[in-house]
Amino acid sequence: MNEVNYTIRDIQEGLQKKSFSAEEIFSHYQKKIDKDNKKLNAYLSTFDLQPTTHNPQQSLAAVPCAIKDNILVDGTICTASSKILKNYVSAYDATVIKKLKSAGASFLGKTNMDEFAMGTSTENSAFGPTKNPHDLTRVPGGSSGGSAAAVAADLAVFALGSDTGGSIRQPAAFCGVVGLKPTYGRVSRHGLIAMASSLDQIGPLTKNVYDAASVLNILAGHDQFDSTTANKNIPDFTENLSKDIKGLKVGVPKEFFTAPSVASSRTPPKPSATEREGRGEGLSAEVEEKVRSTISKLEGLGCKIEEITLPNFEYALATYYMIVPSEISANLSRFDGIRYGHSAGSASMLIDTYFESRAEGFGQEPKRRIMLGAYALSSGYYDAYYLKAQKVRRLIKNDFDSAFEKVDIIVGPVSPTTAFKIGEKSSDPLALYLEDIYTVPVNLAGLPGISVPCGNGKDSGLPVGFQMIGRSFDEETLLRVAYQLEQGLKLT
Amino acid sequence: MLTDKEAKSRTESPRLSSTGIEHIAQLARIKLTEKEKDKFRKELSSILDYVKKLNELDTEKIEPLYQVTGIVNALRPDEYRKDFEMDKDLNEKLIGQAPQSENRFIKVKSVLKK
Repeated sequence: MNEVNYTIRDIQEGLQKKSFSAEEIFSHYQKKIDKDNKKLNAYLSTFDLQPTTHNPQQSLAAVPCAIKDNILVDGTICTASSKILKNYVSAYDATVIKKLKSAGASFLGKTNMDEFAMGTSTENSAFGPTKNPHDLTRVPGGSSGGSAAAVAADLAVFALGSDTGGSIRQPAAFCGVVGLKPTYGRVSRHGLIAMASSLDQIGPLTKNVYDAASVLNILAGHDQFDSTTANKNIPDFTENLSKDIKGLKVGVPKEFFTAPSVASSRTPPKPSATEREGRGEGLSAEVEEKVRSTISKLEGLGCKIEEITLPNFEYALATYYMIVPSEISANLSRFDGIRYGHSAGSASMLIDTYFESRAEGFGQEPKRRIMLGAYALSSGYYDAYYLKAQKVRRLIKNDFDSAFEKVDIIVGPVSPTTAFKIGEKSSDPLALYLEDIYTVPVNLAGLPGISVPCGNGKDSGLPVGFQMIGRSFDEETLLRVAYQLEQGLKLT
Repeated sequence: MLTDKEAKSRTESPRLSSTGIEHIAQLARIKLTEKEKDKFRKELSSILDYVKKLNELDTEKIEPLYQVTGIVNALRPDEYRKDFEMDKDLNEKLIGQAPQSENRFIKVKSVLKK
């Protein structure tokens, strides 16, 4: 079999032309994983092909895919990259897995991530970091770093990830693939191990925009097991990808290019690794250059570019890092060492089982966030921290609502920098949080966002992602602009 | 509910004391080592210091936004569902996950001191 970077369409065509069978394409990927996963650590576990009869009418018939290890696949281990779930066996299929199975997809395995999806580099995994396929000394981004690396290295045709504050879009940007976070409520979260329930959303990481639209067609829809899913009609997201985008209004928030850095707003100031490299604070020059030239490209395609303002943008990160730990402290209270997961053998009383199992099972970041959340929700501090953040969240959503009265989509960077070195930022939690500055506002407002590769940075030579943000439940326009931009960038 | 001003005063000096971090760990049901107590005290203080930034905004008349769907009280008919019907296999799948179990029951350590 040839060395091809297969897309979903390639697999469909290959099967139709009988260039390969379902078994052959699956074993092609298994062999690649056997060969390359040792150096990348993208997969935590792999599966054998489940015997099914593939019907060529199914839209994902025999398409081999990878699943982030916080999504349940019945009868298989699901760790969320945490020691506390090291031996946990899923008791049912997540709704998205059921849907992929009905569409004919086959599952190669489960991918590495930051523990419980808390992180931006996949360094927080209890099972070792994933490496960026473009440079093995660098991180793939996170938290869906294993999924992004697997797609970038062609160890899967597509992958599922989850995005709470950028965890699909940022690793997609770092690894040079497409990553789509759908509107909150578009895709069921049933069977996704919860981090921050008001923000979490499952979405695809793919090799191109067309594939992202194809996978969203399968994932989208109301689910009786997730009452936050919307009862809305689902368009065929691939149908109008080529429809003209001339005259479409594209908003560029001015705040995106004067992004405040965490380092400058805390005391005492401490020089970050990026400052030492002389790249200054906030948005790096190479990312800014690529993003600006991509905006010109959109103008060339006939879009009308308008400067807009998101006045409360600078407060989004602080808001996010109050709401997320609060929801985490509630969601992760289920890990008690009693019903499932790791249990401390040394405990002599019930109360010790809780304290010791959680101490042994959780890594540093979950502990940090659980405690931060417990504090923010505690008596006397609830109003000052949690409630305050929820009020600012409304201001941030209002900013987007006003902006979308004037423009059809909003664009900007995905992340301030390209992929950083493994270990470079892991000692400073706040420096890592800063990675999310352009992606968290989108989750706070519940909007759809996509990261599309827009070339490599001139200094690092590494992939840069271009972020597009759509109106609530208007993935159709978002994907259409993304698709035509992708085609336009190919020609240059 | 506290006024903006009252709430703000709670966050003026978010330096956690060592008893403060012990109290939080108690609430979170996580046993910390002495080294961790010191590390988390510093890190949490630094994050809270950053979050203090939200006090620059006047939110006195703003309603909190807890979720964005607009969906209120999603109900279903009160009918028997067969999606997850309990049988021997499902029981084993669920109870079998417990670190300590006996027959169809989960075992826990004693709740009260003997």
